[in-house]
Amino acid sequence: MKSVMVYCEVENQKVADISLELLSAGKRLAQKLGSPLVAMIFGSGLNGIEIQIAPYGVDKLFVGNSLRLEPYRTLPHAALATEILKEEDPQIVLFGATSVGRDLAPRLASQLNCGLTADCTILDIGDHFVKKEKKEYKDLLYAIRPAFGGSIMANIINWDMHPQMATVREGVMKKEIFDENYTTEVIEVDVNSILKEEHFIVKIMERHIKESGVNLKDAPIIVSGGYGVGSKENFQYLIELAKLLGGEVGGSRAAVDAGFIDHDRQIGQTGTTVRPKLYIAAGISGAIQHTAGMQDASMIISINNDPDAPINKLADYVIHGDVGVVVPKMIKYYKENAK
Amino acid sequence: MRPLKIVVLAKQVPDTRHVGPDAMKPDGTVNRGKLATVFNPDDLHALELALNIKDRVPGTKITILTMGPQKAADIIREGYYRGVDYGVMISDRRFGGADTLATSYTLVKGIHKLAPYDLILGGRQAIDGDTAQVGPQCADKLNIPQVTYVEEVIEINEHEIIAKRRLEKGIEIVSSPFPCLMTVHGSSAACRSRHAKKVMQYKYARTKTELRTADELILSLHEKRPYLTIPEWSVEDIGADMEKIGLSGSPTKVKSVESIVFTANEAKILSDSDADIEMMIKELIEHHTIG
Repeated sequence: MKSVMVYCEVENQKVADISLELLSAGKRLAQKLGSPLVAMIFGSGLNGIEIQIAPYGVDKLFVGNSLRLEPYRTLPHAALATEILKEEDPQIVLFGATSVGRDLAPRLASQLNCGLTADCTILDIGDHFVKKEKKEYKDLLYAIRPAFGGSIMANIINWDMHPQMATVREGVMKKEIFDENYTTEVIEVDVNSILKEEHFIVKIMERHIKESGVNLKDAPIIVSGGYGVGSKENFQYLIELAKLLGGEVGGSRAAVDAGFIDHDRQIGQTGTTVRPKLYIAAGISGAIQHTAGMQDASMIISINNDPDAPINKLADYVIHGDVGVVVPKMIKYYKENAK
Repeated sequence: MRPLKIVVLAKQVPDTRHVGPDAMKPDGTVNRGKLATVFNPDDLHALELALNIKDRVPGTKITILTMGPQKAADIIREGYYRGVDYGVMISDRRFGGADTLATSYTLVKGIHKLAPYDLILGGRQAIDGDTAQVGPQCADKLNIPQVTYVEEVIEINEHEIIAKRRLEKGIEIVSSPFPCLMTVHGSSAACRSRHAKKVMQYKYARTKTELRTADELILSLHEKRPYLTIPEWSVEDIGADMEKIGLSGSPTKVKSVESIVFTANEAKILSDSDADIEMMIKELIEHHTIG
């Protein structure tokens, strides 16, 4: 049976969270197919890196270990991945929809002349009947993603030009340990025989990366609090909900001024402008300075004990109540109902 | 420094940022007719970067290349109004239904016809799909390096171009030799406005197909000023392989589409009861908003 493959990102000997999430998603697909889960990882100082990867149920890991492979650059990583994909010939390949994955995956898809679906939110296995060929294709990847500004969900398939590739954004898939004691076969990639000088013509001159920068702009879900949250303790519920939903926490100017939350999380005209899929406004009245920074959210939930709060006019759901009562209930019912 | 030859890839897209309730048909499919078309925002940033390089390197020539239906000739005119030197349109019904792989194949066929070039610029992604795939796929097919998410060109000299890349958690400054392909991030400089003079000069620019329905005045203008006629390339003109274009050249196919119900401004008013909150959470999960 052909394998499911995941391209893992690594920096400073730490495998990226998105990659572990993909391994979990890949394992679920592999189990449905009854096929092995394979991963590839390229970086430097990777001796023993399989310790971080094996518990996710990886059967085989290709390791490209060289100083020249970190930080990521397109051409050397693409050259190694191409070789491995040709050798391994997987059925499905998954990448993070990160600045690395979105740079690499399309280049590989072009190289291998295969299909690639970006920013999938659901991955599944299913069949498809092709009328023209009067043939049923079994066990295809269903790459499901929102399209047209989030107004539709499209199920994208690819039955004839393999592998089937997909990217997934961080936080979309759940990271789950499969088996703490799982054993992974490690294959050292002969980096020097594959890479040539021409792969290194693009040079990184400077690099400034913030280890844990707040990234409100790209967060698909934002849980945001205002003065009406009432206390720093109540704000903890917002943080918990955001974490649970794979989102970020934000706040209004009033919440920042009250010391509930840091300045770099302020949303609005003088803070960050955001366009998330879901914006939860907790105890925010909705002054224009605030709504200017979030009114393009696809869906807005307002939690407020003032029925006339201006933000309610923008909202898709208005919940009358105290933040300290409503948010813990949201956490409870999400945990009970999420798949 | 020697002048450069730049090709800007630009796309006309439905304005998905302003999707109204009538943008969906009752059967849940997209009502394209109800969506206005716009110059893809990131591609406008790419155009500005090209114009900025032209300001810095005198003699540089910019060609704008688009693929799309006849209506997409607006993209070429818009390019002229802002200062590009040439515009070319790839337009043929047989290109329709292309995914990113077939699109990049087609664009690259067009780029080969425009060769030699030093720099290919395009937006990071288009708002109708947000895939960000066509740029890197073109770079692969051209066998040239790619520099994605460019925010600013810091330096250009005979041998290399040095650019700042905007990444999720920071920035990177990289140098690349020529020729290379860059995709331009929306955080880069916004595009300059149209020149009134250029608008006067190019407002009658038309493709051959558009000329078929044009009036006498425009036809005679095109005779006097051949530069007004926008080249329009077909499958044969770019020597494209029918197997690699349009639907047949596209590995990804849409199996099914499920519409997401709009709740436009019709808010659901809930209490803080357990029943109400559980119902809402279930709805959000069902509509893939969370989960």
